[in-house]
Parts: sequence; structure tokens; C-alpha cells
Amino acid sequence: MTKLNVNYSGVDFKNPVVLASGTCGFGTVLDDIFDIEKLGGLSSKGLTLNKRSGNEGIRIWETSSGIMNSVGLENPGIDGFISEYLSFINSKDLVNIVNLSGHSFDDYFQGIEKLNDQKLDIIELNISCPNVKEGGMNFGIKTEVARQLVREVRRLCKHKLVIKLSPNAEDIVDLARMCEEEGADGISLVNTFLAMAIDIYRKKPIFDNGYAGLSGPAIKPIALRMVHQVSKAVQIPVMGLGGISTWQDAVEFLMAGARVIQVGTATFTNPKIALNIIDGLEKYLESQNLESVEDIIGIL
Amino acid sequence: MGNIIYNKRLTDEYYLIKIEHKNNGKMGQFCMLRAWDDDPLLSRPLSIYDRDDSSLTFLYKIVGKGTKIMSKLRAGDDIICHGPYGSSFPKVKGKIALVAGGVGIAPMYLAAKELSKDEDNIIDIYFSLRGVEILREELSSVSDNLILKTNERVVSLVDADKYDYIFTCGPKSLMKDIYTNAKDKKATVYASLENRMGCGIGICYVCTCKTKNGNKLTCKDGPVFLGSEVFIDD
Repeated sequence: MTKLNVNYSGVDFKNPVVLASGTCGFGTVLDDIFDIEKLGGLSSKGLTLNKRSGNEGIRIWETSSGIMNSVGLENPGIDGFISEYLSFINSKDLVNIVNLSGHSFDDYFQGIEKLNDQKLDIIELNISCPNVKEGGMNFGIKTEVARQLVREVRRLCKHKLVIKLSPNAEDIVDLARMCEEEGADGISLVNTFLAMAIDIYRKKPIFDNGYAGLSGPAIKPIALRMVHQVSKAVQIPVMGLGGISTWQDAVEFLMAGARVIQVGTATFTNPKIALNIIDGLEKYLESQNLESVEDIIGIL
Repeated sequence: MGNIIYNKRLTDEYYLIKIEHKNNGKMGQFCMLRAWDDDPLLSRPLSIYDRDDSSLTFLYKIVGKGTKIMSKLRAGDDIICHGPYGSSFPKVKGKIALVAGGVGIAPMYLAAKELSKDEDNIIDIYFSLRGVEILREELSSVSDNLILKTNERVVSLVDADKYDYIFTCGPKSLMKDIYTNAKDKKATVYASLENRMGCGIGICYVCTCKTKNGNKLTCKDGPVFLGSEVFIDD
């Protein structure tokens, strides 16, 4: 019997497949379609201190093998999440990752404090949302700006803390090293790539914000390279994501050094795709006569 | 053998595709369809045109890459179908107008068929489209009166005091005009909204629409909404 379970910075995952933030809501909708306890974990839709109604205008645009999104962190706010969804996720046997965003240092600090006394497994700190003006990603571009945020959040945060990095960072390896130095328990990468589309007849950008976040198979090779580079550079464990849509993609990310992988955009094409990935991963390991998924993690 | 029973060309633009798919779909609901790998990446949300327990029929118009690929499919080919999803038109009684523009006629055939099962109901269909007319015989067979116009609007022909209910689907301007004309009149308006969708099930939050009761998801809370809920002054 092949073992799919992994330990990630002291947190046990029954398998290394997690649904990525912003692509699974809070698990309630998907639980009507399949048993979400089959997943290793679930990362909640990105939360902000206060409720947000998201961006105006077009929010999604297709490109070859990818999508650009500009949702703008529509979410019920931390209080709304706690009252409406947290007990549901905690009633399920899977790793409960809560994704937190902010528009200012103070937003993040207040958010962390609100979540400190709540039951959850991991905080995934989103310092990299490209879709929120005056906020989000600016914290994830320059290492020294990010350092101030990560240092203070680490000091305040009582939970396991994973920092979600932006591929738009000036130097993603440097950023990852900083997170390790400041005491983060892990790193997840990559968030979406800043991208653009233009309506050539209106002669204007498709998105009201001008730019949007690119995800899907189109970004997979770049994301894989970044996961490999970061995994080599730090000792803390990495969660890898970026365009994973097949079990073969998952195997690649594990070999590149990710201990856990996240499935994002692919869930939009097939709500149960994570189950296919778990199943394919197990069969692959059996076919290779490997006893555990540990046998392929970081072998390259 | 794949699950496509037929994929019939009606005009250069419009096609009807019938597939084997067990379902208990309701009028106004939609499915997510795809017959390609990862380009285009997303599935296409299509309203149910007709159904029985083991099959679904969809009317679609060639708009982009996905529907273009669909138009090349043949009987015996495979298409992946998830759903049905979303809210449905209510089973109402009385005098009912179904008002549609273009491919917005898609859910109205099933609505007329379902509503006309109650023999006391009176069903009038108002349908306008650009170019060449389609589906005259089919729509006549499930309605009491069919007003079908090409290259001409039908909104002004609908007397909202004559009807108990109006169901509408089509361009936003058409639906909004129908709602505005029916305001303070007898008919209650239900609209099936169209919006760019990602997932179709309520996890991606790209199809949010503004309503009187805050943001709602077109795919999950809709696509069918009470007109008074969604046609708020911007």
C-alpha cells in the first residue's frame, strides 16, 4: 500500500493535494459534488479584515491555455468567515488552511489577531494578490518591504504561518530566504502572474484595473522552475502551485521540491479534478514500486 | 461511441446539439460543456433547450473558439457535460409571456413545454433575432401564440397588463426594457441572466451580479432571478 501522507512543518496531510485559495470557496459548494475529506487540505478564499464586494467590470478573460482573473478579493470578511464557514471546514477531516490578505500592515495585524483564537491548521499569508489596487501585491514585490510585514505577522501569529509568494517579486528566491529568516513555517508559490488583455475595438484594457492575474496550464513551466529554485534555497517546506491540472503535473512539482501541491484553476474545468490527481499520483507511485510519496519529493 | 446524439446546423450561426446525459434538469438551468483539452481552458455554460431523463438538448450560437469547436462535432463524438446547475424558472400558473432575444430563446422552449403541461396556462412567445429566423415550428408547437421577428424588436409588443408572468432572456437591454415596461403593471418578471462565467458552480466569483440583496453569483444563485431583484438603478 503506497503512502500518500506527508508531514508539512508539523501538520499531517493525508495526501499532498490541496485546493488553492480562490478556486474552492470555503469548500461548501464542492462538498455537495464530492466528499472533500478525500483532499489533503483546502485553502480558503482570500480573506480581508472587512467584507469586500470585489472589482467592477469584466472579471475573467481566457487566453491560450489560461485565464486572467480580476475578482478583487470578494469575500465575507474575517467575521463573516468565522460565523458562516469556519465550523463547517473544521467539521471535515482535512487540513484547514485560512488564506489572509490585507491592504495595509494594520489590516494584516488585525486580521491575524482575529484569527489567533480560532481553530485552524495553517494561516497562508497572501502578500501577492495582483488584483487589489493600493494593496496586496506591493507587499510581495520588494524583499525588504515584505520583511517588515512578515516579521510583525510572525510575532503576532499563534498559528502555523505559510507565506504565499508572488511570481511578480523582484527576486523570488531572495523573498523566500527572507521568509525563512523571519521564522515562517513554510512557503507557498506561485500566485498569479500579472498580465494584460486589450479590447482592440474599444481601444481599452479588458479589465477595469488594467492588469489581472494569469493562471492555468499557461504558467505551469515557469511556476515549476520557481518552485524548484525556492525549494533548493530554503529548508522550510514549500507548497507548489501554478497551472497544475493533471497527476503528471503534480508529480513534477513534487519532484521539483514541493511537499504539498495546490490545485487551482483546473477545478474550474472539472470540479472533481483533484480526486483524479490523487488517484493518478497513487497509481504512479505503485507503478514505480515506490512505498511513499516521500520517495519523489525534492529528488531533483 | 460517444454521447452526442446529433449536432444539427440550423443556420450559419445557430446549432442544436442533443446528448445522452442522465439528468433531472429544470427549465432555466444550464450545463457546463467542453469537447476540448485545455484550449480554450473553460467549459461553456449553455441553457437547457430541451430534456428528458436520459438526454439534454442545447441551442448554441457560434461566438468564439469553444462554440466553433462544438459546431464541428458529429453524432457519436464525445462531449463532457457537468450539471445541470443553477436556479430555474418557477412553475407558475396563468397567462405567461416568454420574451427572448437571439440565443436567449434557448431556455424558453423548455419553459414553454413545461408550462403548457398545465392546460389552463396560456403561453405566448415573443422572439426576435438578427438574420434568418429559426425554430418557428418547434416554438409554435409549445405555445398558444408565437410572435417571431427578425431584425425587429418585440419589447413594445408585450403588454405587461395582459400577463400574470413574463420570463425573459436575451441581451441585457432587452431584459431591462421588459422589466421597466412591466413595472407597476400586472406581470411579475423573471429574467435569466447571462454573465461571463468561470466554474459554473459558485467557486470562482467571476460572475457576480449586483442585486437588491447584495452581490449574488449568476451561476449559483441565478441564472434565473426576479426582475425586481436584479434590475436596480445603477
